[in-house]
Amino acid sequence: MADYLLSIMTFFPLLGILLLLFIPRDNGGLLKGATLAVSLITFVISLPLALDNVFATSGGMHFREFYHWINIGDFFQMNYNIGIDGISLWLVMLTTFITPIAILSTWNAVEKNIKGFMAMLLLLETGMLGAFISLDLFLFYIFWELMLIPMYFLIGIWGGKNRIYAAVKFFIYTAVGSLLMLVAIIFVYYFAQQSGSMTNGFGIQELYKLDLPYNAQFWLFLAFGFSFAIKVPMFPLHTWLPDAHTEAPTAGSVILAAVLLKMGTYGYVRFAMPMFPEALPTFIPFLAFLSVVGIIYGSLVAMMQDDIKKLVAYSSVAHLGFVMLGVFAMNLQGLAGGMIQMINHGISTGALFLIVGFLYERRHTRLITEFGGVATKMPIFATMFLIVTFSSIGLPGTNGFVGEFLALMGAFQGGLRWYAVFATTGVILAAVYMLWVYQRVMFGKVTNPKNENLKDLSAREIVIMLPLLLFIFWIGVAPNTFFSKMNPAMELMLEQMGAQKIAVVEVLQPAGTGHGAGHGNDHADTHAEHQ
Amino acid sequence: MENLVQEAIQNVNFQAIMPSLVLCVFGMGILMVSVFSKRGSTTHVAWLSIVALVVTGYFTLSGWNNPQSGFAGSVLFDNFATFFSMICILAAGLTILMSDDYLKREGYPVSEYYPLILFTTAGAMWMASGTDLMTIFLGLEVLSVSLYVLAGFFRDQVRSNEAGLKYFFLGAFSTGFLLYGVALLYGVTGTTKVEGIAAYVRANPDSAMNTMFIAGGALLLVGFLFKVAAAPFHMWTPDVYQGAPTPITAFMSAGPKAAAFAALMRVSIIGLDGIQSELTSLFWILAVLTMTLGNFIALTQRDLKRMLAYSSISHAGYVLVGLVAWNEIGLSAILFYMLVYTFMNMGAFAILVLLGKKGEDNLTLDGIVGLGYKKPILGVVLSIFILSLMGMPPTAGFTAKFYIFAGAIDAGYIWLAVIGVLNSAVSLYYYLRVMVQMYFKDPEEDFAWVSMSMPVTVSIVISIAGVLYLGVFPGCVMNLAKLAGF
Repeated sequence: MADYLLSIMTFFPLLGILLLLFIPRDNGGLLKGATLAVSLITFVISLPLALDNVFATSGGMHFREFYHWINIGDFFQMNYNIGIDGISLWLVMLTTFITPIAILSTWNAVEKNIKGFMAMLLLLETGMLGAFISLDLFLFYIFWELMLIPMYFLIGIWGGKNRIYAAVKFFIYTAVGSLLMLVAIIFVYYFAQQSGSMTNGFGIQELYKLDLPYNAQFWLFLAFGFSFAIKVPMFPLHTWLPDAHTEAPTAGSVILAAVLLKMGTYGYVRFAMPMFPEALPTFIPFLAFLSVVGIIYGSLVAMMQDDIKKLVAYSSVAHLGFVMLGVFAMNLQGLAGGMIQMINHGISTGALFLIVGFLYERRHTRLITEFGGVATKMPIFATMFLIVTFSSIGLPGTNGFVGEFLALMGAFQGGLRWYAVFATTGVILAAVYMLWVYQRVMFGKVTNPKNENLKDLSAREIVIMLPLLLFIFWIGVAPNTFFSKMNPAMELMLEQMGAQKIAVVEVLQPAGTGHGAGHGNDHADTHAEHQ
Repeated sequence: MENLVQEAIQNVNFQAIMPSLVLCVFGMGILMVSVFSKRGSTTHVAWLSIVALVVTGYFTLSGWNNPQSGFAGSVLFDNFATFFSMICILAAGLTILMSDDYLKREGYPVSEYYPLILFTTAGAMWMASGTDLMTIFLGLEVLSVSLYVLAGFFRDQVRSNEAGLKYFFLGAFSTGFLLYGVALLYGVTGTTKVEGIAAYVRANPDSAMNTMFIAGGALLLVGFLFKVAAAPFHMWTPDVYQGAPTPITAFMSAGPKAAAFAALMRVSIIGLDGIQSELTSLFWILAVLTMTLGNFIALTQRDLKRMLAYSSISHAGYVLVGLVAWNEIGLSAILFYMLVYTFMNMGAFAILVLLGKKGEDNLTLDGIVGLGYKKPILGVVLSIFILSLMGMPPTAGFTAKFYIFAGAIDAGYIWLAVIGVLNSAVSLYYYLRVMVQMYFKDPEEDFAWVSMSMPVTVSIVISIAGVLYLGVFPGCVMNLAKLAGF
């Protein structure tokens, strides 16, 4: 069982789709129940990963599975090559954790074609899990594209008024990026073949060892980086995101924010940066600049929104900017901050979309001006909203603080000092727009008579929110649970991104602050043994 | 005297044309059967034709890895010919499966239809196996003449007439070009054998500067490029594809096109190898032109058959990318691509056959609104074909495009690959629109007239199996394609 754990986990939702086919389409309750059960079982299957201590001691890949898949003479070899390390571990867990929550959140929201909706959610889960565990570029690409189709249908069929525009825009934006990545993938493969170092198909661990000339790395990083930047999304490629988020049904928004956006940041950490380390110094100032622009621009635009969902969507642009800034710092604090911020964003923005969904289900509007004084009618809801708001702002004690603080500190120490200074204004701006929207929606007197009869959260809705709140505090108070399993993998990854690069960073920064880099080097020997 | 006869007979080697011979004999026999059949009863003729194709397929496959040369070297039935012949046989089989109910619905239960498809297939097989320009021309003519009749088969429908006539005039014109090209090449090289031309080019490295040689080669290529509907020789495609009976449109886009590509490949790669660099730069331009034109014009189409016609032009452009690459992977990718294209395009057309009302005026984007809800299985299947045409994994359309572009990148044509994938991105829009209409809009029609008939269902099942199998496990067939390359 343990040998095939990842495969079972990834393809179990697909089995669930088969199960759905045998349930009559008008039996909505059974369809929802079965889907929820499938996603919960998937979560249980994935639990041994989180409990396994091997990630705390070794940064390499674990739970490996390797089979030959496509073998075309001497042209190509594609393998079913999967495994996870500390970097993908928590993203996998986030996926299996968020999916049942998303399914539970749609209990009353979706009425038309429940069967199709549930099937799409399960297909999406397989796609997401597959992309996180793939260690073969070809396999990764297939899962990466596989995610597009269910999301396209989720937005297009069950979305809001402007859904067709949003769905097509989402699809074409993402596909353009990934098609260019496809060219880059083929090119890398041929380069590897010509240099004679390939024995293992498109295996990324072999591709890490490639010594590509700078010129090739430049173009390849551009192709991969462009594709991932669309998915993150980084300014100025973010314009599909507000449309997609606003039009998507709640479950779609939750998954889109919590997991799909992480594909982009994960792509940078797993593929673009370690595969083309020499091109990194050229691009980092530019990318860091775009991250900071994204933080400030996203915050300012979020502040001006009158639709709560759009506000949350733009806040995503800003939050992902922190993630990217931390990752581009190229030191342990920055990377750790970026990685944990990915999880945080998944939890808190996922929770925010759920909250918007709760309001929308009750009032069928998301305009801030329609609300006011909701706190008096919905006290439980108010409390939960407040906690999530704090988490999104990054108040100490919540998860947001840990992530943003580390990311900014990493950037400050890692040669991105001025970027960090400007990015920090984003923290303040986040407090402005989040608290402002909270104040306008929740506080004051009930001015709109339609809000008089608002019901507080039902038991189901509380059950949905509680696990998210738990993790908001868990990561906020005891982040080491998570860091301890990420650290070895992150150190290894930093080394891969270029030990020489870290050395450059050390020169740039004053003596004494090079903690991250030094830390990374200290551990280099320890995990070399685990390889 | 006896020796001479012996030698001539040995030289003939009927083995080399055995499959097409079998097909022709069957075709003529079926023609006789239809003479003595009751008017309007065509089903048994259709099934007889399927039997004919199965038997021919058996003979074709038994020639795998056993190349047979015949008729003094003007026919070579090698793996390459086998692969392309199998594509044509498959296309013909799928066409026949989707035709019977269609012909009855449209009010033309005429059994000559089926033998004509068989003769087209025989012509296609000669094109794929011809190593003499005259044999190729013969195959092309047999194929074309049957197709002219088939395109205009609905003889009192204006659109079908237009299709037949347009195809005939332009086709005859392009055949004239081709023949003129053959004549010029003969004048220069003194031979019509593909190998002979290759030998001439090898002996005269400056032949690329010889005006008559260039003119001959160019005219020859025009003939082939017309048949594969590459820009700027594509003008006939939309009208003919729209007007012809839908199964014939499907057939034209797969079988005859594959045969034309086979002939184009054999003539360029064997015969004109000496001027490879000139040819590839020509094909480079044509590939970009064909892809871009097809995709951009398809964006504005509302008629589904017309849209698929332009999409078929753009797919010819992708295939030309493989020819530009001119390397082992690119060329075997062409074989693979044509097979995959047969599955996905014929599958999509089979669904159009089901959806059409009499006269097929409803086959527009507006005519399929809500199909996904009213006919869920049909909707899912059509979506899979469309996703495959888009090139989305895990369908065969993706693997096929992957190998084509891999060939181009391997040969160093990275910009061509980039232009190719950007073209795919453009094509997303019109392909997605089909799904938008099917799923994202509320149903207006009830689609009550759509009934699954057994033969059409079989053709759809075969196509979908091909699309999914070749998408997930392309290795086996791709290795065959590799063996079939030059």
